[in-house]
Amino acid sequence: MLDIELRTMIDGVRDGRMDRRAFIQRMVGLGLTVPMATQILAIGGVAMAQSPSPYKPTKRGGGGALKLLWWQGPTLLNPHFATGTKDQDGSRLFYEPLASWDADGNLNPILAAEIPSTQNGGLAADGKSVVWKLKPGIKWHDGKPFTADDVVFTWAYANDPATAAVSIAVYRDVKVEKVGDHTVRILFNSPTPFWANAFVGAYGCIIPQHLFADYKGEKSREAPNNLAPVGTGPYIFAEFKPGDLVHGRINPDYHMPNRPYFDTIEMKGGGDAISAARAVIQTGEYDYAWNMQVEDEVLARLEKGGKGKTVYATGGDIEFIALNNTDPNVEVDGERSSIKTKHPLLSDPAVRKAFALLVDRDAIQKYIYGRAGLTTANYLNGPARFVSKNTNWEFNIEKAIKLLDDAGWKVGSDGIRAKDGKSLKLLYQTSINPPRQKTQAIVKQACQKAGIALELKSVVASVFFSSDVANPDTYSKFYADLEEFQIPMTQPDPALHMKRYISENVATKANKWQGQNFPRWVNKDYDKLIEDAETETDPVKRAGLYIKCNDLLWENTVFVPVLHRLKVGASSNTLKPVISGWANDTDNIQDWYRET
Amino acid sequence: MRQYILRRLLIALPSLLGISFVLFAVLALAPGDPFSDLATNPNVPPEVGLALRAKFGLDDPLYLRYVHWLVAMLHGDWGFSFVSRINVDTLILQRLPTTLYVIGSAQLLALLIAIPVGVQAATRPYSIFDQVANTLAFIGFSLPTFFTGILFILIFSVKLDWLPLVYSTDINSTGIGWLGEEIRQAIMPVMVLALFQAASLTRFVRSAMLDVIRLDYVTTARAKGLGQRRVILKHVMRNAMIPVVTLIALQMPAVFGGAIVTEQIFRVPGIGSLLISSILSNDTPVVMAVTFVFACLVVLFNLIADVLYGWLDPRISLR
Repeated sequence: MLDIELRTMIDGVRDGRMDRRAFIQRMVGLGLTVPMATQILAIGGVAMAQSPSPYKPTKRGGGGALKLLWWQGPTLLNPHFATGTKDQDGSRLFYEPLASWDADGNLNPILAAEIPSTQNGGLAADGKSVVWKLKPGIKWHDGKPFTADDVVFTWAYANDPATAAVSIAVYRDVKVEKVGDHTVRILFNSPTPFWANAFVGAYGCIIPQHLFADYKGEKSREAPNNLAPVGTGPYIFAEFKPGDLVHGRINPDYHMPNRPYFDTIEMKGGGDAISAARAVIQTGEYDYAWNMQVEDEVLARLEKGGKGKTVYATGGDIEFIALNNTDPNVEVDGERSSIKTKHPLLSDPAVRKAFALLVDRDAIQKYIYGRAGLTTANYLNGPARFVSKNTNWEFNIEKAIKLLDDAGWKVGSDGIRAKDGKSLKLLYQTSINPPRQKTQAIVKQACQKAGIALELKSVVASVFFSSDVANPDTYSKFYADLEEFQIPMTQPDPALHMKRYISENVATKANKWQGQNFPRWVNKDYDKLIEDAETETDPVKRAGLYIKCNDLLWENTVFVPVLHRLKVGASSNTLKPVISGWANDTDNIQDWYRET
Repeated sequence: MRQYILRRLLIALPSLLGISFVLFAVLALAPGDPFSDLATNPNVPPEVGLALRAKFGLDDPLYLRYVHWLVAMLHGDWGFSFVSRINVDTLILQRLPTTLYVIGSAQLLALLIAIPVGVQAATRPYSIFDQVANTLAFIGFSLPTFFTGILFILIFSVKLDWLPLVYSTDINSTGIGWLGEEIRQAIMPVMVLALFQAASLTRFVRSAMLDVIRLDYVTTARAKGLGQRRVILKHVMRNAMIPVVTLIALQMPAVFGGAIVTEQIFRVPGIGSLLISSILSNDTPVVMAVTFVFACLVVLFNLIADVLYGWLDPRISLR
């Protein structure tokens, strides 16, 4: 039904009977919108509109210095070695991808002349190839011309396992070929509904062939330009001190009109988030600070009469509590939480459902995360087109008590429920991070009232998130009953985000706990849905499949979502930054300006 | 003398070797992983992290990794940082000037405060001046630097808006303007460190002076009719300074080692902040290099202190 209606609307837009904007608004009404709505139109044969940029300056330069404060400074400037966001952000000042995600989740052409669509012949009907046309006349900072050869080389460079590029996953399963001097074609092995992964965003940055050709493969580390980037970006590299400073000056030959606005750019690293917020909001020494992991209450206090404000961008990052499906206390073949075991308490659906009722998401949002989080029942929270409307959540201690009573969990003399001699005591672990410890306390209190005893454990973040095989406290070993952390959604498509939880991805000793399915959840229906979604080119059916995946996670209480988290930055009152919840903070740096 | 120095240097070799092994073992046993950032990024498959570990030799057994490191170190190759893939010596040399400037001025300022105040306080013990100096010294070394640092920021940057909150290595102006800016931004970190150092040094100078000032030869000097100034400067101070000089020599390695907490608070890009960020990201080659150089400096300055001691007090013979 929805399917037919949507098709009519897409046709309407294509024939000009319906306004693009009206279409998007209708989608909002249907709960199907923003970044992927534009991709629906693209696959449906309508070119993606270039989002109207509110960029106001009428000439290049003259904006003085742009001072950015990253409390973890970039440590390297090769986008294909960038292990963390900080490195991607730093590299992005100098290097550019073919397109970036703008604040609304649309593709914004950077080095590309236009965004591929079926109409302009960019997207193949079978979904197995994409043709990108490049802007002609672009020059690298050293004056050499930028051509299709550079794009093909970037693919070959990242694709080579000996290079040890962290972006290898993006380029491993595609082939890139040169069609003309300014045209490239990406070939996929199978129909790929989400085609905007290679050459888009942080791992999509193109590097110059003439400077990196000798350093592909084994010698990748020795390239002198790893430290002195030569790109096509709005700023030319001037100075780099790892972990401390990245400095750039205006590119007078930049390929976009009137851009960039600032004459120099500085990215300073080090320190902590609170003092970074202070330097931007309170003293105004810096223009923009990234990743404000500071309590909302503190930020609100700084904003009173300050020189800056906080800015938010909505993506799909989810903070959740995962419930272990295996027994963390029994060792099988030298491995705890083995897939061969079943959790003695959490295998009872009543316990899972009761626990979900005991997480007071409203209080957590109101008292801990404030403006930086939204309550949700879903694991998959964006783009809007993929968000399920079939789920709900509530905080209800009485209902939880009734559920447990009915399931036969009787309160013992110590106030803790038990059944068949198994007492309802759970170990709840997370990384050390004050908001998480407060969340733990809120959940523990509610559980106590319902007769569930929670033991809290916090692990240093560098240990909790490490892949160290010898350490028992990592999130992937999951030697606890419950664990809380956040998984970021790095692109406006749920494919990678949802694929984690298929059966073959279960974290085990055999795969050195590298399997991404850490809750060790096995469900044949889920596996089938993911398999179908991966080759489904009909965008509406595909969205339906992912919504079903989310609903399965919800029905089985694989996770208790705590909050849908937003990206928070601090900006001076005069600066007009362009940030997107679907991209790095600096992904649209060419559009930043100051309003005086 | 020459023989003594030579023997001390030879003794230092095995101890440095021992230190390096202990450091390496502790780092290898410590939890964490330089590529943990990759683990929670769904865009990066786990194999990438494993391939990087294998490429950088992190999966080799401990003894093998140690031998590799030691052999390379003996050839003057300090290795490269896992995190930034840059040679460690470049990384350290980049940080050294700032460290020497900030920590060095702090030490110098601490001495300039501690010696006159300590001497003056000891000359008139239990006078008002002594009482005030003592009280301030106690307050000084009971307040940790992370507290005074934040207090200074709140007062001088946020409330009064006199001094910058963030230390910048990239100052735009030139000439006098540059110098002024360079001094202005260093005031807070230098003061924080200097006041802490000066507090304990003042107590030390005072007690060293008091030990000497009561000796008979001082009374003799006074009986000869020498003026107070001459007695204190020529007769008392010269002897009282012997332990102080040793203490200062032992503190010299710290000038190169940086101040972890203070550097973090003011974002001073020194060795201390390099060390802490490398420890947090498990960047073994950098941590090894910094701590090992630090160990070498401690051994070296210990030797210098001993030699100086003999030179200042000829009664002590070096054998």
